[in-house]
Amino acid sequence: MGKTLAEKIWADHTVRSVAGEPDLLYIDLHLLHEVTSPQAFDGLRLAGRTVRRTDLTIATEDHNTPTLNIDRPIADPVSKLQVDTLRANCKEFGVRLHSLGDLDQGVVHVVGPQLGVTQPGMTIVCGDSHTSTHGAFGALAFGIGTSEVEHVLATQTLPLIRPKTMAINVEGKLKPGVTSKDIILAIIAKIGTGGGQGYVLEYRGEAIRNLSMEGRMTVCNMSIEAGARAGLIAPDETTFNYVKNKAHAPKGAEWDAAMAYWKTLFSDADAKFDREITINADDLAPFVTWGTNPGQGLPLNSNVPNPADISDPEERGAAERALTYMGLTAGTPLKAIKVDTIFLGSCTNGRIEDLRAAAEVLKGKKVSGTVRMLVVPGSARVRLEAEAEGLDKVFLDAGAEWRNAGCSMCLGMNPDQLAPGERSASTSNRNFEGRQGKGGRTHLVSPLVAAATAIRGTLSSPADL
Amino acid sequence: MEKFITHTGTAVPLQRSNVDTDQIIPAVYLKRVTKSGFEDGLFGAWRNDPEFVLNKPEFAGATVLVAGVDFGTGSSREHAVWALQNYGFKVVLSSRFADIFRGNSQKAGLLTVVLPQEEIEKIWAAVESDPKTAITVSLEDKTVSYGSTTIPFVIDDYTRWRLMEGLDDIGLTMKNIDEVSVFEASRASFKPKTLPVLS
Ligand code: SF4
Repeated sequence: MGKTLAEKIWADHTVRSVAGEPDLLYIDLHLLHEVTSPQAFDGLRLAGRTVRRTDLTIATEDHNTPTLNIDRPIADPVSKLQVDTLRANCKEFGVRLHSLGDLDQGVVHVVGPQLGVTQPGMTIVCGDSHTSTHGAFGALAFGIGTSEVEHVLATQTLPLIRPKTMAINVEGKLKPGVTSKDIILAIIAKIGTGGGQGYVLEYRGEAIRNLSMEGRMTVCNMSIEAGARAGLIAPDETTFNYVKNKAHAPKGAEWDAAMAYWKTLFSDADAKFDREITINADDLAPFVTWGTNPGQGLPLNSNVPNPADISDPEERGAAERALTYMGLTAGTPLKAIKVDTIFLGSCTNGRIEDLRAAAEVLKGKKVSGTVRMLVVPGSARVRLEAEAEGLDKVFLDAGAEWRNAGCSMCLGMNPDQLAPGERSASTSNRNFEGRQGKGGRTHLVSPLVAAATAIRGTLSSPADL
Repeated sequence: MEKFITHTGTAVPLQRSNVDTDQIIPAVYLKRVTKSGFEDGLFGAWRNDPEFVLNKPEFAGATVLVAGVDFGTGSSREHAVWALQNYGFKVVLSSRFADIFRGNSQKAGLLTVVLPQEEIEKIWAAVESDPKTAITVSLEDKTVSYGSTTIPFVIDDYTRWRLMEGLDDIGLTMKNIDEVSVFEASRASFKPKTLPVLS
């Protein structure tokens, strides 16, 4: 019987497999940031261990970094300590670090692909749940805890139980104005925030094939929001072209060897998935969340749901609590919801293509007087690229703020936060209570919806303009 | 991780049930960037109370914590285990532990031993009447003993072996590190490296 893509990658990285024990998996790339690494480095130090493969390890600063005044010392002492600790650890252990001010500083999941260290067929880990982003390249990529970070630093391996596999087929073509963000929000709404638990998701089908790399990364990024640790997409010409001229891409004969391997990376026709679901892209519309988990989403044309209509008592309770927290009334058209803040950025939608899409909508228009809009490029390089194309001017002319790179308001560990009761339309990935600031209310949207909402001041798609 | 074969030390009777990880190490102490130094935060909310058992001079230097039922419930923070170890505890006895806490402790080498509640209460009484009571916990014999009392306990073979060998997960993988080296030797040369490239 054939193998799924995830099974092929797993098999190619199994160092040791013994009955009654987890498999020992080799890790091709380990990404680090300041929040989840300090105790891991401290553990190494206490045990007198070193980083086994500094040449397969790379770090950046993202969660705590300010997006304004980045040439000045970080004002918050706790944030500063975490960043300073990362700097000291990387220096002591010989790990390459992209610090604030560096071209490749930015959200860790934006930096890996832009450097070209994210490639097909790899195993990639990071102490961050959105590591699933890198699955867009046909890599097996997942988030890990601090003990596991230490384990990978010391051994470049991880003991792991093999996950099950789920195929998610997105057939047909997307209608204009419908994006990869809408695909993944619709998938999560369908299978639920626990639907992917224990699985590696493989996204397939015509609509996925037609996505750009940026679009594929958006889809894979949110796999974790469906409960799956990893999601991936088989590599194809789109992938190869994207990787080709990146700094760390293989060159010459190495490129040919890599291509020969990469072309074997697909699920065999007779491979068996543990579960398979299908979604029709033609049915999809711009999506928006109304609640406090990413599965609580609906097409933008709908109304705020009535919890009384939900039969499952647990879900009904969750919906009631969500509406209370979000300050919403059942039956209100989603498009009537007024927002205060637009956040365009994050590892979900902070790439150049996302900025281009939003700028296209905003060009020649103004952000509503009642709305503030933060545009936060995923990395310093994305920021420069955008400036070279004049996108910064478009945003600034429209009245948006043009910031420096980082996680920013995705989680509000830096000063970019929602005030209590403030409502945002955000291109990030989590609408949990307080995620963007204590008491803040988040609606997850695509960059197109974010831009249209900025102009109208209420949840909107470009078609409403 | 240190090997755990047998340990003898004095004990602290923590006569409370449902001590959750927020009580073991309050969230304000989590901002630390090290795995060490958490002893200050251990039972942080109670430490200001001079009557709190850990503050009593007669229990100074104890290495065995004799806790009430359902110890370690709540969040999964590994910091709770680190805090107990940083303070100097080697063993925690209780009639029931929360799953995640037990898993974390076994990863980090803090021995958690389940004893019947009536045995826990007898130990409390013995330690209260004589704080110098030495308690011996033998992982080799799977017994807890003090005075003339010896109580057997149950622990799964894999965990027992791992703790007796002093192997944390990293230590275990290190035992097979040659296999990792063999695997590395055959890795494709086109795989990317993170070292700076000139371009
Ligand atoms: S952008 Fe948001 S989701 Fe992505 S790594 Fe940063 S905090 Fe996590």
